[in-house]
Amino acid sequence: MTYLNAVIQGLLLGGLFALFACGLSLMFGVMEVINLAHGDIAVAAVYLGLSLIAVTHIPAIWVFVLVVPVFIAGGYLGQRYFLQRSLDSGPVTTLLVTFGLSIVLENVLLEVYSANSQSLNIGSLVSSSIVVSSQLSVPYLSMIFLGAAVVSLAGIHLFLRRTRTGRMVRAVADDREAAQMVGANYRHLFGVAAAIAAATVALAGLALGMYTSISPTTGPSYLLYGFAAVVIGGLGSLWGTLAGGIVLGLATTLGSLVDPDFGAMLPYLVFLAVLAVRPRGLFPKKAVL
Amino acid sequence: MTLGALAAPDGTAPGGTSFVVTRSRRSGTWAGLAGASGLAVLALLPAFASQGFISDLVNLYILVCVSTMWNALAGYVGLVSVGQQLYIGAGAYTVLVLAQHGWEPFATVPVAVVAAAVLAVPASWLVFRLSGAYFAIATWVLAEIAILFVARFGSLGGTTGTAVPGLDGFGAANLLRDYYWLGLGITALSVLGVYALLRSRLGLVLTAVRDNEVGARSVGSRVMTAKRAVYVLAAAGCAGAGTVLAISQLEVEPGNVFNVQWTAYMIFAVLIGGLGTIEGPIAGSIVFFVMQQTLANYNAWYLIILGSVAMAMAIWARQGLWGIITSRAPVQLFPVGYYVHFGPRRPGRGKVGGTGPGAAGPGEEGP
Repeated sequence: MTYLNAVIQGLLLGGLFALFACGLSLMFGVMEVINLAHGDIAVAAVYLGLSLIAVTHIPAIWVFVLVVPVFIAGGYLGQRYFLQRSLDSGPVTTLLVTFGLSIVLENVLLEVYSANSQSLNIGSLVSSSIVVSSQLSVPYLSMIFLGAAVVSLAGIHLFLRRTRTGRMVRAVADDREAAQMVGANYRHLFGVAAAIAAATVALAGLALGMYTSISPTTGPSYLLYGFAAVVIGGLGSLWGTLAGGIVLGLATTLGSLVDPDFGAMLPYLVFLAVLAVRPRGLFPKKAVL
Repeated sequence: MTLGALAAPDGTAPGGTSFVVTRSRRSGTWAGLAGASGLAVLALLPAFASQGFISDLVNLYILVCVSTMWNALAGYVGLVSVGQQLYIGAGAYTVLVLAQHGWEPFATVPVAVVAAAVLAVPASWLVFRLSGAYFAIATWVLAEIAILFVARFGSLGGTTGTAVPGLDGFGAANLLRDYYWLGLGITALSVLGVYALLRSRLGLVLTAVRDNEVGARSVGSRVMTAKRAVYVLAAAGCAGAGTVLAISQLEVEPGNVFNVQWTAYMIFAVLIGGLGTIEGPIAGSIVFFVMQQTLANYNAWYLIILGSVAMAMAIWARQGLWGIITSRAPVQLFPVGYYVHFGPRRPGRGKVGGTGPGAAGPGEEGP
């Protein structure tokens, strides 16, 4: 029963990891950029939410409605006026700039909010769960995470397949010059992709803030989990990313049965094992997106 | 085209003009002399300067050493590692483990450096499967695993770390002097090691890869060998810095030695100083260090300011401080290119064309 419980918890934790990963996956698929500040931006979303609650005393669930649009706008503007400039001077520059952003953001949060752990308190939803038996229960919150990950991935998938803008984003990702020749404005489309990625980052961050307590230095480890999910699932494959997240979630909860530290280590070991045996991931995909 | 093909054995070009090939202009020779005497002055400093200043300088040396190593990776072979702290920690923990088994701490340093280089070989098999950002994150994951791994050993102090045994007998002043020399020696060796590497035949490959990797491959350069060699060298250098860190701090703590903050220091120092030159990381480290000392009372603000400056320079001033200096004045402390002087031969300076090593350097006239 302990194992069954761990498997269910792992599946649902996988939803959270996949939520972190889908923004990374989208950014890589479209711009071939890995945003090393991904985790720190997610943590910044939690602190923005906490500040909003402290100032306006709104119920915590409302922070989703307020924070996500801010991040969508921030993602678009950040891409167009900041990240695009580093993209123009090459992939190494982009990597270094996003790493710099990660460190700067982390230290700004440290200065403003101190190193204390905090969490978004959403009341009874955190603790309530469907009780199957005395040893097996499924928290509502985890189910919501898994649902949010599936909805986000499906949404991105449908956007890229079914909408005009989505098709143009794919065209720019496939062959930028050819897409420009038929009138696609790649800077704008990159901005759109970054805005969507930022929305998923904000969602992932707020979800994390409800699930556990966070501090300014929490970000990088979730960047690494999200990244590992992308690699395990197969570069550029959105559904592979969900599978990768679930593999990592299972590794975390099953590893924690041995001891909690091993639960933190096992996902990384799984990642290295996949890297050694199947470097293209479990579900490799030839075409981008 | 090799110079040998270009020139007749007596140093006469097809057009009839004679030429001489040198590794530097006169400024390079003087810089070498100045460097050697500067190193001598630094080595004698403990006799004059205050202990506080000496101990600060040790931290500067560590920074110069690790940023030189990071620059060798990113500046020359385009490998952006975010996980060099793995090797800093490996060096520090080798000192700790051997000292716990009765070794004299300073005697462990060569073992630690070699051990890290050996560790880097299987690690490179794994991370070299990925490129670009994926390589960067894979190196970071290795470092994170290392933190979790060492924390499982109670004898190494778990997550809080433990003191390095065997350092009590020295006396504070003697210990400070000894690890100051250790730091200076390791840093000087690292910088000179990268310099020697760049002037070697492999160095030509590295410079070619820096300028255009596809081009370098297409003329048959062994790019992978070059990359692996630099990765192993960088591991050894960072482990050297790690040994100085362990001995100077008297203890080893996993959250400190394996901290990704080290990578931030390296990247910021190199970006400010200038990527892809030997002098850049040194200049950048000095700027970083001065800022760190000046803003010491304002918590992490120095890191925020330096990070923002580094990002801005990465976007708008790729050549860095050193690049800005050399674009104004032709200074070169570590000449790695070739100069070809046309015109009448001046005896006693440099090699005569046709006997020089292999191919021409990054530029025919100037570096």
